[in-house]
Amino acid sequence: MLTFTIRRLLLAIPTLLFISLVIFLLLELAPGDPMAQVPLTVPPEVKERMREALGLGEPVHVRFWKWLVQFFWVEPLHLIDNLFGTALAEGQQRVISWQSRSPVMDIVAQRIPQTLWVVGVAYIVAILIAIPIGVYSAYRQYSWFDQAGTFITMVGFSVPPFFSGVLVIVIFSVNLGWFPSIYDTTHEVNDWDSFVVQLKQMIMPVMVLALQITSQISRFMRASMLDNLGQDYVRTARAKGMTERVVVLLHVLRNSMIPVVTVIALGIPAIFGGAIITEQVFKVNGIGQLLITAIQANDLPMVQTLTFIFAVLIVLFNLIADVLYGILDPRIRYD
Amino acid sequence: MPDGALPVLDVKELKTVFRTRRGEVHAVNSVSFDLKPGELLGVVGESGSGKSVTMMSLIGLLPSPPAEVRGGQVMFGDQDLLQADDDTLRAIRGARIGFVFQDPMTSLNPVFTVGFQIMEPLRKHMGMDKRAARVRAKELLELVGIPDAASRLTDFPHQFSGGMRQRVMIAIALACDPQVLIADEPTTALDVTIQAQILELVKDLRQKLGMAIVWITHDLGVIAGIADRVIVMYGGQIVEHAPVKELFGNPQHPYTRALLETVPAMHGDRADRLRVIQGQPPVLAGPPDACPFRARCSHRFERCDRENPPRVPCGPAHDTACFWDPATGGPRHV
Repeated sequence: MLTFTIRRLLLAIPTLLFISLVIFLLLELAPGDPMAQVPLTVPPEVKERMREALGLGEPVHVRFWKWLVQFFWVEPLHLIDNLFGTALAEGQQRVISWQSRSPVMDIVAQRIPQTLWVVGVAYIVAILIAIPIGVYSAYRQYSWFDQAGTFITMVGFSVPPFFSGVLVIVIFSVNLGWFPSIYDTTHEVNDWDSFVVQLKQMIMPVMVLALQITSQISRFMRASMLDNLGQDYVRTARAKGMTERVVVLLHVLRNSMIPVVTVIALGIPAIFGGAIITEQVFKVNGIGQLLITAIQANDLPMVQTLTFIFAVLIVLFNLIADVLYGILDPRIRYD
Repeated sequence: MPDGALPVLDVKELKTVFRTRRGEVHAVNSVSFDLKPGELLGVVGESGSGKSVTMMSLIGLLPSPPAEVRGGQVMFGDQDLLQADDDTLRAIRGARIGFVFQDPMTSLNPVFTVGFQIMEPLRKHMGMDKRAARVRAKELLELVGIPDAASRLTDFPHQFSGGMRQRVMIAIALACDPQVLIADEPTTALDVTIQAQILELVKDLRQKLGMAIVWITHDLGVIAGIADRVIVMYGGQIVEHAPVKELFGNPQHPYTRALLETVPAMHGDRADRLRVIQGQPPVLAGPPDACPFRARCSHRFERCDRENPPRVPCGPAHDTACFWDPATGGPRHV
C-alpha cells in the first residue's frame, strides 16, 4: 500500500503539471481583456502600458513559467514564513490578483472558512442523514418508507439549488421571518448568542445543499445495500443464528460501505470548490463566489490558481479514495 | 443407527408457497419426513424440485415475503419450529442445526477473516470469550483438515481455494456441535477430486461427531456413496422414499427410474447415448390437485390428471406416490 501511494503521488506530479498547462492555455485562448473595466477616458496607450505592467506583454511560455515558479516555489516558501516566522520568500513576487492587487492565496485563505462552514457542514449533515436512510430503505425495500424516500430523493436530486434556495428564502425568511436571507460573512462567533446567530444564518444554505447531497448518497447507499443483501454470505450469517442487527449492520453494511466511501471521498474536492450557485443565492462570500467574480473580471491569475487548486484536490482525493478502497476491501491489494 | 430411535427432526405436512405477481407458487407441498439421530438422509431431485426450499422452510431462512410457510409441523426435539419465534429459531440455527451451502466462493463474507466468521457463532451461542473462541476455531479448522490452522485464522476467504472454503463452511456449521447438519448441495460447485475429498471429510466427521445429516444433491452417485435413506423430490413433493439399497435396487416411481437411467454408465458400450428425461419440470402455480410428474411420465393414467397420488407403502420402509405399479405394469391399488 505504501509503495502504491508513493508511486501514485509521483505520478501525480506530471499529471498536475499537464493540467496546469491546459488550464493556462485555455485561459489564454479565452477572449477577454483585463482592462475592459477601465473607463473609456483612459487613453489606449496608457491601457497598453497597464497591460504590460501585468506581464501580458511577455510570451506565453515565459508567463506560464513565472506562474509555475510563483505557485510551486514562492507560495510554499511564503507559507513556511507565515508558520515559522522565517523570511525565505522575502522580496519574491507572489501570485497577485489583477482585480484586487493582493496575493491570490491570501484571498483564498480568507474565503475558505466561509465555504467550509457552509458547504462542509452540509456535506457532513448529508452523510449522517443519507447513510441510515439508504440502509433502511434497502432493508425494507418497497415499504412506504422506501417509497417516500425514493420520492423525496428524486425531488431533491432534480430540483436545482437556485430554485430550492429561493423557495426556502421565501418560506423561512420572507413569510416566517425565522432566518436571515443573506449570509453575513463578517459575523464573528465569540459567545453563545453570536453562535446562535451563526447557526441561524447557516441553516438555509446548509439545508439546500444537504438536500441535494443526501439524495445522491442515500441512493448510492441503498443500491449498494440491495446488492449485498441478496448475497449468499448474508444467508450464511442468518444460518449461523446472527441477529438481524448483526447481519445488516455488520455483515451487509461493512460490504456496502466500500463503494459509498469511495463516492464520499471523491465528493470532498467539490466542498472546497464551493457551491457556486448556492453561495450566490445566499450571498456567501465563499470560494465559489470568488471564482465567479474572478471570471467576470478577467482576473486570470485568480482563475488559474483556483482552478488548479481544485485540480490538485481532485487528484489527491482520487488517490485517497483508491487507498481507502484497498483498506476497506481485503480482496484489493495494490502491491 | 438403532431402529425406532426417536427422530431428531420430524417434519409433517410442510407446505410453503411463494407469493408472486402471477399468483401463488406451491414450492413445497405436504412434505413429510423424519431424520433419526446419526443418520444421513439424502434428498435428490432436479433443480426447482423444492429440495432447498423445504430445508430452508424448516428453520425460517426463507425471505418472507415472498415465501410463506402455510402449514405443517416441524418437531425438533419436543419443539415445533414452525410455531417458534424468531429468537428461538436464531438460538437453534448455527447452534443445534448447522448449514453448509452450495457455493463456497460466495457463502463467506469477503471482508471478514475466516477466524472471525468461525468465532461468531461460538461467541454468540456458546458464550465464549474471544480467546476461548479462537482456540476452538483453530481446533475446528484442524478438524476439517486445513493445514497450519492457527495462522490461517487471520486470512480472508479469498485467500482460500474453493475446496478449502467449503471446509471452512463445514467448520462454521459444526462449530457448536449441532445435532443436525443440513448440507445443501455442498459439493455441486466443486470439481470432482475436491468433491470426493469433501465427501470423505463429511463421512469421517459423521463418524467422529455422530450428528444427523440431511444431504441435498442432484447427484445420485453421491447419494449412493454416503446416504442411509433417500428422499426423491419432484415438483415440491416427495415422490419416493426408501433406504438407499432398496431405492437403487427396486425403484418404484417412474421419475426415480428415469433418474437412475440418466446416470451415465462407466462400463459397457460407448455408443450408448446419454439418456435424458424428456420435458420440463412443472411450474408449480395453482393448487396441486394432479400428479406433478404426469406431463413427463410414460405410464400415465387418466386418474393422474384428476388426483395427486398419495404416498403409499410399497416395501420395507419404502413408499412412493404413484398410481403405477412397476411389478405388474398396471395400476397400483391405492
